[in-house]
Amino acid sequence: MKALRRAYAILRHAVLYALFVLYLSPFFLVLLNSFKSRREIVSNPFALPPAWSLNNFITAFQRMGFVPAFLNSLLITTCSVIGIAVFSSMTAYLFVRTDWRINKVMFFAMVASMLIPFQAIMIPLVRIYGSLSMLNTPWSLIYMYLGFGSSFAVFLYHGFIKSIPKELEEAAMIDGCSRLQVFFRVVFPLLRSTTLSLIILNVLWIWNDFLLPSLVLISADRRTLPLTTFYFHGTYSSDYGLLMASLMLTILPVIAFYIALQKHIIRGVMEGAIKA
Amino acid sequence: MLASEKRFVDKLKNYLLFAGPTTLVFITVIILPFLFGIYLTFTNWDGISKAYTFVSFSNYKQVIQDPAFWTSFLRTVKYVFYTVLLVNTIGFSLAYALTGGKVLGENLLRTGFFVPNLIGGIILGLVWRFIFSNVLVFLGRTLNIGFLSTSWLANPNKALWTLVIVTVWQYSGYMMIIFIAGLSNIPKELLEAATIDGATGFQRLRTIVLPLMVPAFIVTVFLTIQRGFMVYDVNIALTNGGPFKSTQLISMFVYEKAFLSQQYGVGQSEAFFLFLLVAAISLTQVYFTKKLEVEV
Repeated sequence: MKALRRAYAILRHAVLYALFVLYLSPFFLVLLNSFKSRREIVSNPFALPPAWSLNNFITAFQRMGFVPAFLNSLLITTCSVIGIAVFSSMTAYLFVRTDWRINKVMFFAMVASMLIPFQAIMIPLVRIYGSLSMLNTPWSLIYMYLGFGSSFAVFLYHGFIKSIPKELEEAAMIDGCSRLQVFFRVVFPLLRSTTLSLIILNVLWIWNDFLLPSLVLISADRRTLPLTTFYFHGTYSSDYGLLMASLMLTILPVIAFYIALQKHIIRGVMEGAIKA
Repeated sequence: MLASEKRFVDKLKNYLLFAGPTTLVFITVIILPFLFGIYLTFTNWDGISKAYTFVSFSNYKQVIQDPAFWTSFLRTVKYVFYTVLLVNTIGFSLAYALTGGKVLGENLLRTGFFVPNLIGGIILGLVWRFIFSNVLVFLGRTLNIGFLSTSWLANPNKALWTLVIVTVWQYSGYMMIIFIAGLSNIPKELLEAATIDGATGFQRLRTIVLPLMVPAFIVTVFLTIQRGFMVYDVNIALTNGGPFKSTQLISMFVYEKAFLSQQYGVGQSEAFFLFLLVAAISLTQVYFTKKLEVEV
């Protein structure tokens, strides 16, 4: 019985670690082949590179225009994420602390709007903003992300602010703080954990998003990192070494983000998925 | 507090200060395009000309009578069916194996299975395009495995399965996280009591764990269905709908109808159909969750 249990435990480890390797193998293969030339890749994608040269990375970095694409992504993601967090937490605060009729209407409309898939909005969205000549700038895209991100954010903050006692705020009000000061000095710091979860979810969404930026950002120099990588693969579709290096370059920032916030990411994703 | 404001002007000032920006973006980015979209379904706008006419229900009629639309829709249903089945089975199995300290390196394994979710669908699709068109073909030829020796991406009968495989690989780790959250909420005493009463591991799973995991399954199954019907990134990056449109799923179909064929009215009618479907799925989920809460 004991031997059987032991054999079972060994088998379980073997299966799980084999799966683990299998799950990560696509990334390892991309990494391995990013150091090789096209010919070396075609002759055997599993072979180690003859030399660990960074040439592919340097060439891909220059030809795809990594720096401008990275900066576009950074600008769009940062502004959108901060804007969503600040405006949505303020809105949720107002909705929780006052019982005006418009709050209820708006909150209901926002929750209901979470049922609308992006595809149902994209065509009229492009039509409206196109006719106002507001496409092809990062600012329009950021504005749209504020719209697409605020419903869920208000919903998430709303749930948390309800659990905060009013007494703290009242004390601050008596000390002569304005409503806005009360919010930013007393309430907003208390929302830190919700804000962090929200920022993680939104960074992963906006940084990786493709369809909306592909509709809004038309000229090549405005493109975000996923767009640039996608079009780069269209142009150099047979130069595998370059393609693999460009994929690694695009994956690296996300891995860095993950390592920086490791513990919070899984928790953030859990909270987001369960409440959504 | 805020509620003490009696005068309308004060209320308005506070509303605009706290909720003004959110209200503005919400109305201009979500509500107006959504309503304008419904209006568009009754027009024959081609995307370029300023003038277009009202065509009543003819776009909807065209959608209903378009065999290509229904082919793409049924293909999506097939794709959704297999991904829901596999994502949830594998996701739950992983979660069950990776809770309760049964395995060394629990956190490392969890992280590994979750990693694909950090990276965007476009990049994942491009990574797997290389795997399917080069790595697997190389393996098939070297090891003489017939079904791998030609690229699945070039075969209309197999290309849809590449989408299923990549989706399962991508989302099983995500659903695993949700299942782990559910599993860690099951009281340990319950499982210990069952063990003392002589229940085997399988009996514990079937009579205690699975029934308690129904709420988690409701979340994951509906989430997988919803995402399946809306998938676009992996579709365009991995197969681009090909070969011969054999893998064009519904989102991509709508995109092409509107932006490439310039039939915006028809495309928007299809998008509206997609909205009704996704909304119905989500509302069904809410219904089941509420029903469960009442029963418990």
